[in-house]
Amino acid sequence: MLHQISGSIAVAKAIALCRPQVIPCYPITPQTHIVEHLSTLVKSGQLQNCAYENVDSEFSSMSFCIGASAAGARTYTATASQGLLYMMEAVYNASGLALPIVMTLGNRSIGAPINIWNDHSDAMSARDAGWIQLFVESNQQAVDVHIQAFKLAEALSLPVMVNMDGFILTHAITRVDMPDQQQVDEFLPPFVPRQQLDTAAPLSIGAMVGPDAFTEVRYLAHHKQKEALSIIEQQAEEFAEIFGRDSGGLVKSYDAEEAELVIVTMGSVVGTLQELVAELRAQGQSVGILSLRSFRPFPALAICRLLQNAKQLIVFEKSFAVGMGGILASEVHMAVQSHKLQIHSVIGGLGGRTISKKSLHRMIEQAFNGTLAAEVFLDLDEATVEAELQRQQDDQTSGPAAENILRDMGVVSASKTH
Amino acid sequence: MSKCEQDMPTEQKVKFYQTGTFTVGNRLLDEEFRTVQATQERSNSIDSGHRACQGCGQALGARYALDAAMRATDNHIIAANATGCLEVFTTPYPETAWSIPWIHSLFGNAAAVVSGIAARLKAEGDTQTRVVAQGGDGGTTDIGLGCLSGMFDRNDDVLYICYDNGGYMNTGVQRSSATPGGARTATTMPVGEHPGSSFNTGKFLPSIAMAHEIPYVATASVHDLHDLERKVEKAMSFRGSRYIHINVPCPLGWGSEPALTIKLARMGVECGLVPLFEAESGELTASTKIRYQIPVEDYLKLQRRFSHVLKPANSDELEAIRALAQKNIRRFNLR
Ligand SMILES: Cc1ncc(C[n+]2csc(CCOP(=O)(O)OP(=O)(O)O)c2C)c(N)n1
Ligand code: SF4
Ligand SMILES: [Mg+2]
Repeated sequence: MLHQISGSIAVAKAIALCRPQVIPCYPITPQTHIVEHLSTLVKSGQLQNCAYENVDSEFSSMSFCIGASAAGARTYTATASQGLLYMMEAVYNASGLALPIVMTLGNRSIGAPINIWNDHSDAMSARDAGWIQLFVESNQQAVDVHIQAFKLAEALSLPVMVNMDGFILTHAITRVDMPDQQQVDEFLPPFVPRQQLDTAAPLSIGAMVGPDAFTEVRYLAHHKQKEALSIIEQQAEEFAEIFGRDSGGLVKSYDAEEAELVIVTMGSVVGTLQELVAELRAQGQSVGILSLRSFRPFPALAICRLLQNAKQLIVFEKSFAVGMGGILASEVHMAVQSHKLQIHSVIGGLGGRTISKKSLHRMIEQAFNGTLAAEVFLDLDEATVEAELQRQQDDQTSGPAAENILRDMGVVSASKTH
Repeated sequence: MSKCEQDMPTEQKVKFYQTGTFTVGNRLLDEEFRTVQATQERSNSIDSGHRACQGCGQALGARYALDAAMRATDNHIIAANATGCLEVFTTPYPETAWSIPWIHSLFGNAAAVVSGIAARLKAEGDTQTRVVAQGGDGGTTDIGLGCLSGMFDRNDDVLYICYDNGGYMNTGVQRSSATPGGARTATTMPVGEHPGSSFNTGKFLPSIAMAHEIPYVATASVHDLHDLERKVEKAMSFRGSRYIHINVPCPLGWGSEPALTIKLARMGVECGLVPLFEAESGELTASTKIRYQIPVEDYLKLQRRFSHVLKPANSDELEAIRALAQKNIRRFNLR
């Protein structure tokens, strides 16, 4: 049924349709509305047989998920940014213990400086945590991919993180086709745990593993992620059959196969890019988009195949590894190392900075006329950066850089007189 | 019939152990009063073959506590463990000493993991299966306190047991917030102006648990295993959060003879440093009286971690320990 609702409410409704049994939560912008709405669904009895708990921290929240999942519950939680970092030890533990927890990440930057707006730094901080990490482009996909996430998690006995851009998606009110319960039940059978704490069949979970077996246990985790590559594709097909929509899958090509210039990216920026690229193609420019819907497992082969004809790549990402550069860029680089390709790493949208169509257009033009650098920070205010570098050189006690920069930019709250 | 059974004497000689104490030997009691360990029905929640040190108080305490919890629930216990000695010595991969469903996740999250298990049981409507979380003093009073306090706050239906050996033993005996004042640890060496762990610091978790006004809080000691079992069974008669803090001597960390574990546990209580009491909903309901108070020195001198305290130059430290014993006696009504 069609609804005009926010991304968060849509996701909460989708989660409820998946019949989770345990939901611990902890507030953090921009995911909070999801867990708020779930609390109402449980409290009002619309979501039954579900234990919902306000816990004391994100670390508790993920630990709570670990216990619940190990006890055989279909388990869900959501977080973002600092919350993900705060729970990180448990995030690794959940995947190490192979527990099929589903978590939404309302993608947000990581401080300091503290910043509540969207980028992908939080998701990237967990890139080696052993979770399956899916990205969505729209709120419709957010709904659809969450439903697939439970099925995927349970098929593999691995946790799945669904990444949706904070504010841009979580807070956006758009039209969403909400599936009905019958469809979801058909797609998603009841949870059959691979391992379960059960008094009728006692087992120990979480034993100490020494050098003799650690490599094998870790390799198995890698192997399972590789298995996920085909399962994600299968499930997307199965989903399309029941729900009549293409959602999910490993990658989505928007004319990438035949384009000379391909922009590789993830998340909601695909929406903006799609509009721009359609216009440029109408003008005869050979440009396409490759949207990664799965980041872990990394669909290297699918990327490679879709970029057969490309001559130039722009890897556009909303995060980077400080001191190294684009994270996605380096992974894409590895995937296409056999192709002779020019690859530009463009980093944009950090901490919620608007990614304008105009800036993207300029970026594409520069790529075509050979002036786009190998590493670009989109819309970087170089004068401000220069001024701060100069200040630091001139004065050993120049103070905190973030505050200096804000003052230079004339942001009122940072003024010394306040 | 197995060889072992054939060899078993039909009548066992009564052995008066713990002579010189005021403890009644198990076999002198009527059957109904005997410990779970004395019965053939004991569940052996932690089976033999684990890797604890000789004379480990924690191994003993955990075994009694879990078997008592099993008896109280008709064998429907799921247990979780924080990282620490108990976790490490019971589960060297691929072996496990646990014969009950058991999970270890992290050092600081046992309370939250177990709350998650309890949530699943609640969602299922399973009122028979109960959960027990276990942690060392470090995993409980320091790194796990946030999760534990959250569990108390929500009053989740969990029994949390802290095995207090007064330090981070698994990592080589460092100070925790439960390390007694004056004690030597690897991070509080007997050097400098104030040798050993400092005084007027640290936390007494049973009081913190009481401040949460959870249904039941108790302290126990491995020298009185009847009392320990009784408290565990009593804890299982409540719903909501329950907390039991068990004093467990650690020969390795304390520098004591393995054979003295029980004796030390008893002396800790008898000198006043280890108060035994129970509390319900934040109010003290019972305390174990000290019949013959022994001087704290008698207790301290059997532990190398306190050897410097007994030197004349450190009489201030000794005085501070004596004062703590007296304070416990007043505060918890021990005489
Ligand atoms: C987050 C984290 N920090 C530190 C450690 C290292 N560590 C493991 S066990 C332990 C000490 C445990 O002390 P305690 O809880 O008192 O248990 P004990 O070993 O004394 O029984 C420490 C510090 C860890 N495993 N995880
Ligand atoms: S170090 Fe102490 S607590 Fe750990 S196993 Fe040895 S005696 Fe037990
Ligand atoms: Mg300890």
